[in-house]
Amino acid sequence: MKNSLLLTSALALGLASTTANAEPQAEVLHWWTSGGEAAAVKVLMEDFTANGGTWTDMPVAGGGGDAAMTALRARVLSGNAPTAVQLVGPSIQEWFEEGALANINDLAQEEDWDNLLPQPIQYHLKCDGNYCAAPVNIHRVDWIWGNSNILNDAGIEPPKTWAEFNAAAEKLQGMGILPLAHGGQAWQDATLFEAVVVGLGGPEFYKRALVDLDMDALKSDQMVEVFDQMRTLRGYVDDNFSGRDWNLATAMVINGEAAFQIMGDWAKGEFIAAGKEPGKDFTCSSPSNGAYLYNVDSFAFFNVDGEDRQAGQKLLASLTMGKNFQKVFNLNKGSIPARMDVSMDEFDSCGVQSKQDLGAAIEHNALLPSFAHGMAMRGAQAGAVTDVVTAHFNSDMSSEEAVAQLAQAVAASQ
Amino acid sequence: MTDWLEKHVPKLVLMPSLVAIFVFVYGFIGWTAYVSFTRSRLLPKYDLVGAIQYEKLATSPRWEVALTNLAIFGILFILFATVIGLILAIMLDQKIRTEGPLRTIYLYPMALSFIVTGTAWKWILNPGLGIESVFRDLGFENFTFDWLVNPDLAIYTVVIAGVWQSSGFVMALFLAGLRSVDGEIIRAAMVDGVSTPRIYMSIIIPSMAPIFLSSFIVLSHLAIKSFDLVVALTGGGPGYSTDLPATFMYAMAFSRGDIGQAASSATVMMMIVTAIVIPYLYSELRSRHD
Repeated sequence: MKNSLLLTSALALGLASTTANAEPQAEVLHWWTSGGEAAAVKVLMEDFTANGGTWTDMPVAGGGGDAAMTALRARVLSGNAPTAVQLVGPSIQEWFEEGALANINDLAQEEDWDNLLPQPIQYHLKCDGNYCAAPVNIHRVDWIWGNSNILNDAGIEPPKTWAEFNAAAEKLQGMGILPLAHGGQAWQDATLFEAVVVGLGGPEFYKRALVDLDMDALKSDQMVEVFDQMRTLRGYVDDNFSGRDWNLATAMVINGEAAFQIMGDWAKGEFIAAGKEPGKDFTCSSPSNGAYLYNVDSFAFFNVDGEDRQAGQKLLASLTMGKNFQKVFNLNKGSIPARMDVSMDEFDSCGVQSKQDLGAAIEHNALLPSFAHGMAMRGAQAGAVTDVVTAHFNSDMSSEEAVAQLAQAVAASQ
Repeated sequence: MTDWLEKHVPKLVLMPSLVAIFVFVYGFIGWTAYVSFTRSRLLPKYDLVGAIQYEKLATSPRWEVALTNLAIFGILFILFATVIGLILAIMLDQKIRTEGPLRTIYLYPMALSFIVTGTAWKWILNPGLGIESVFRDLGFENFTFDWLVNPDLAIYTVVIAGVWQSSGFVMALFLAGLRSVDGEIIRAAMVDGVSTPRIYMSIIIPSMAPIFLSSFIVLSHLAIKSFDLVVALTGGGPGYSTDLPATFMYAMAFSRGDIGQAASSATVMMMIVTAIVIPYLYSELRSRHD
């Protein structure tokens, strides 16, 4: 923090010496409006103001970012883009192709981001090789959350593969306990799907199918097996799952109405808010055999005029990558810092495990972008795949039919 | 001077609204149609590439479901709302004492927004919370009413909620029409010994043809625009089985950043509306000339 503080002060002084009054200004568009998220953004706001900047907050709630993206489009089209925007994955590059993003590579090189961030995720933050976004966190998507009481009573270990999960689920069903709490919304079905793809097919298969969109992988027998497993999972959910919100499904696990939920690490926030402790009241394990599906939230910097706003961007980028913000934000949000040298002492056991798994996954080339959360493909293609997955999950479509539709949908969305 | 003013001031006063409508409604309809022939994704582009968006639309399974649902929902919604509205109006027309309060009760659902209707019916039709659970608690162990979570039947729950909302409005239209039928004709028919049902069938209902037409126009435009009802009731349904063209268009435009598909689906929706409105306008204008 001290280093970056000196750096930004130097930068600010440098800018100030070339212009009359370059006070960093930033108008930040985001949709972190729920309790924990808003508290986390406040940390950045306070940091920014303490460093002499003026922060104009532009929170647009709801829809997983739909409303915010609509507001962003209007602002860009009118030529008055916000200074920084909460964007995820390929949409950063999509906006770059529209010519809307700024270049903060100078700052990134000075602060040595190439060595502070995990190598596999850096390409998300770069536009044509230059940094254009600052990462805030790394979420892990492929977690199985379990109710410790139920698991202990049934004598089940937190499953580490899909075979173990199926065995555990069969046992629980035999005991009359609901194995899987699931919310029947398209993105949740997609979250299940990608965990099955990487768990059954391995990291290479996931990359070929959902990142490269290779037709052979999409039409392969392995993909048919994936849909078979989705059909099996369908048998483990209750009849009322349609339309249920994800946090209500988490509540089912917290209250002991169901044993497992498959959801990203933001579910941990629900457990903690209910006063539960990891290891004691709930378990976290991953069915991915060493792979790690990530979702990186980031602030993308748009082309803006004026020394003030450009100074604001540099200050914001620098503070976002600062150790203090990375630690506090992620403690509040349930994810882990994107910056690798932040101490994990204050994080709980699931956070620490996430960090360890991250390191292992990087070594084995198994760190993969989540398709369900907009990291692996562009919106139109991700939407096409999600349509097929959710249609299959909610009907009695055969796996072969689903694979055929998947191939056709991906081809049509190119 | 005052003559000139008298002749032209009304036109001048209307001018701004007309210009605004022309630009913002028709102008942007044209813009949407133009964009539907481009490859727009996140932001609109203006290079024409032919009808590829329409081809994509034609082969999209989700769009096929949306159009089928529009047909099912539209036809059933208009049919049931009209019939139920007519029956309620006829029953209220029997000069009963509590006509005033009853009329208000039946008309009241129209005052609710579709979001409220959708949410309330979502709870009522939820198998674990609503009708099915009530009957099961009463002892009917095998009673099932899980249409809401069944991909094949979920669209019919949207029909139920929509009809509940709109039949009161249709009833009000018909009641006004019933009251305006000439009393002399009815008395003459009664003197001739015609039974009451027969009077309704042969005299009163045919004389209300214009009202059938008005209610059809109102209901069909409600059906085509249905968006908030589907979003509140099923969120697009199990999977996408209750998708309608309006929700499809919204998903393409705002959730997926695929403006080309959104524009083409919106243009198709507009052509459906035009196919209904143009014959109606034609028949209206023709009868004017007579």
